[in-house]
Amino acid sequence: MMWPLAPMLVPLATALLCVLTQSTPRRQQMISVVGATVLLITSTLLFLEVQQVGALRVVLGHWPLPFGIEFVADVLGTALALVAALMLNVTVLWQWSDADAAPSSPTLHPLLHGLVAGVCGAFMTADLFNLYVWFEVALMCALGLLAHGGGLHQLDAALKYFVLNVIGTMLFLVAVALIYAATGHLNFSALGDAMARLDAAVALPLYGLLLFALLAKAAAFPLYAWLPASYHTLPPPVLALFSALLAKVGIYAILRLFGNVFTPAPALLYDALGWIAVLSMIAGVLGAAYHWDMRRILAFHSISQIGYILLAIAMASRTGDTAAIFFTLHHSLVKASLILVAALVFRYTGHYDLRRCGGLYASRPWLGVAFLLLALSLVGIPPFSGFWGKYLIVREALSQGAYLWTACALLVSVVTLYSMMKIWLEAFWKPHPDPAWRAPEHVRLAPAWVGVSGLALVVLSIGVAPEALIGFADAAAGALRGDVP
Amino acid sequence: MTSRPLLAEVFVRGLYIVLLVASIWVLLRGHNAPGGGFIGGLLAVAASAAYALTFNATSALQRLPLRPAALAAIGVLLSAASGVPALWSDLPFLTHLWVELPLGIADLPLSTVMVFDFGVYLCVWGALGGYCLGLLRALEEAP
Amino acid sequence: MIWVVAIAFGTVIAAGTYLALSRDALRCVIGVAMLGSGVNLLVFASGRLQSHIPAIVPATQTQLTLAANPLPQALVLTAIVISFALLCFSLVLAARIVLERGDADLEELRFAEPHAPEGYKPSVEESQ
Repeated sequence: MMWPLAPMLVPLATALLCVLTQSTPRRQQMISVVGATVLLITSTLLFLEVQQVGALRVVLGHWPLPFGIEFVADVLGTALALVAALMLNVTVLWQWSDADAAPSSPTLHPLLHGLVAGVCGAFMTADLFNLYVWFEVALMCALGLLAHGGGLHQLDAALKYFVLNVIGTMLFLVAVALIYAATGHLNFSALGDAMARLDAAVALPLYGLLLFALLAKAAAFPLYAWLPASYHTLPPPVLALFSALLAKVGIYAILRLFGNVFTPAPALLYDALGWIAVLSMIAGVLGAAYHWDMRRILAFHSISQIGYILLAIAMASRTGDTAAIFFTLHHSLVKASLILVAALVFRYTGHYDLRRCGGLYASRPWLGVAFLLLALSLVGIPPFSGFWGKYLIVREALSQGAYLWTACALLVSVVTLYSMMKIWLEAFWKPHPDPAWRAPEHVRLAPAWVGVSGLALVVLSIGVAPEALIGFADAAAGALRGDVP
Repeated sequence: MTSRPLLAEVFVRGLYIVLLVASIWVLLRGHNAPGGGFIGGLLAVAASAAYALTFNATSALQRLPLRPAALAAIGVLLSAASGVPALWSDLPFLTHLWVELPLGIADLPLSTVMVFDFGVYLCVWGALGGYCLGLLRALEEAP
Repeated sequence: MIWVVAIAFGTVIAAGTYLALSRDALRCVIGVAMLGSGVNLLVFASGRLQSHIPAIVPATQTQLTLAANPLPQALVLTAIVISFALLCFSLVLAARIVLERGDADLEELRFAEPHAPEGYKPSVEESQ
């Protein structure tokens, strides 16, 4: 009966147990690893079960439905929870290696698990106010992770992240309060009916405010400043977790609310979303082309890739949702593994700045191969996974006659290719600028390599055999739209 | 030479106990009247803060039953655990149950809500008390 | 009654926005906290304001009469706790920044994103 709550309760319990064992780091790490593994197993089982029997529902506290707090484990939510569990495992695995130079701190593991609990809670909840609460759980853990290094640049990043994100969540809370005042409901299914009955002049500003707030959480065009200002100050495994999950929660909420709960929302919203998507793509990729720090390049790419996902959502069709779900899953994995590769580059060359590193292809050819495969997946060169995602988006945009948006999406891909090739040429191809530099010999990087190559294999297999994931994304989109084949 | 606030020390030693008892009273009262775990926890934090202001933060931390973070974590675990008994009666998680325990003279009403509230109390005391005392200690150690 | 709450909401939001736009780190953080209080007021008002009794059933009765809507009260309590936790965190954050730099000017706070020294090229960032 509590089974669908497992993706939240397992990391929550692990986080609390990690707090209780803060004084014994070895035991804490053990609990953390066990908790992450249990989470991966339970979310895989839940994912498979939901595939078989359809969405599972739990209403807490025995209250009747429009008032009780409902959790729904459906196809989309469990798939994203599975990705979160996978990423948590990779991050925890990295803590065993020396790839992260920062000293371990007793608050790291509780915060990591707390973050995943918040993210999974947001994926599972079927209640607007609860969505806010889980956003805040994730936000607080994210703030703790940003600040726990304690360096001045980390505190600076945490302050900027705090102010911009908190204003985003406050806007979301305002939207929730106004929607409650207008409809008297918070539960998703009750809300969908109630909002459809509302006067259009009242409903449109509410939808607009809600979308605006969620766009701030998803780091879309005018409100993305918090992401590139803060991400690069994080330790690499945490950065991988952040870029795989945090903005995706905003994306998921947009997809859930405007692809499922509030359908059909006014067409004006989807038009606006399309323009915002295109502007996010352009702004993100230009930022990436400008920067030379690998982490910052990848952070800006996140914004432009989020633009692609938003463009797919703006299509407001089942095919569009399929593309959005495919792209979200693909991007979480690719971006996280690229960041882990960048962390290994840092470990071998001593710098994140491309002007100061180089010569890696000669000394570590396999890292070069892994980077090239992942970079081409991100750019969308066939037959890699990004190609299928972009193909789905572009085909749907063309079939709806959005030629300008399509042209922008294709152009942005070219600039993405440019900035990925910049990393390749500078970090791998050119000789190291300091001829005396030698990569550190005695470091334990095996767990890090296992994490990177595992993720890269998943990404590659998506590229080689995309039918499975496309079929799955189509089924998830069908469940969202309510027209199950 | 620092001056010791002797009157305050004598007074606060008693006040600490009184505030803690009052916080428990507010916690239990909250079942059917205004009060509850959150307000009770805040009163307990007030007790710790008063102690820290008169003596020092370290001794106030030692007076907490556990490390603040552990206290808060146990509180959350306790609150979550209060939802588990409902599962044995085939009710959803966090459905609360009430029983009357006959003691001969009178019936003692018990409920899982009390456990939940006590968890909230511990969580507030641990989290907020730890925050407050940690801040005071940082101020004391600052030059 | 609703007008009093509406005016209070507007005032608090205006004051919070003014403070949040300030260059001083502590003022900015307090401004964000004030914005949070204003939003909490709105959440509370979303359940309609009437002079009704709290939604607690007296011992002798089994049914509520003339009670206020308890749901927004539960919502606002949650929101207050969350904004309080964020305030606690942000105050320590701002205080540490001010203590470590000896200066609260946010305009000069460029440790995570340093200025470009040559005007157009990004600065070479220090490792870590």
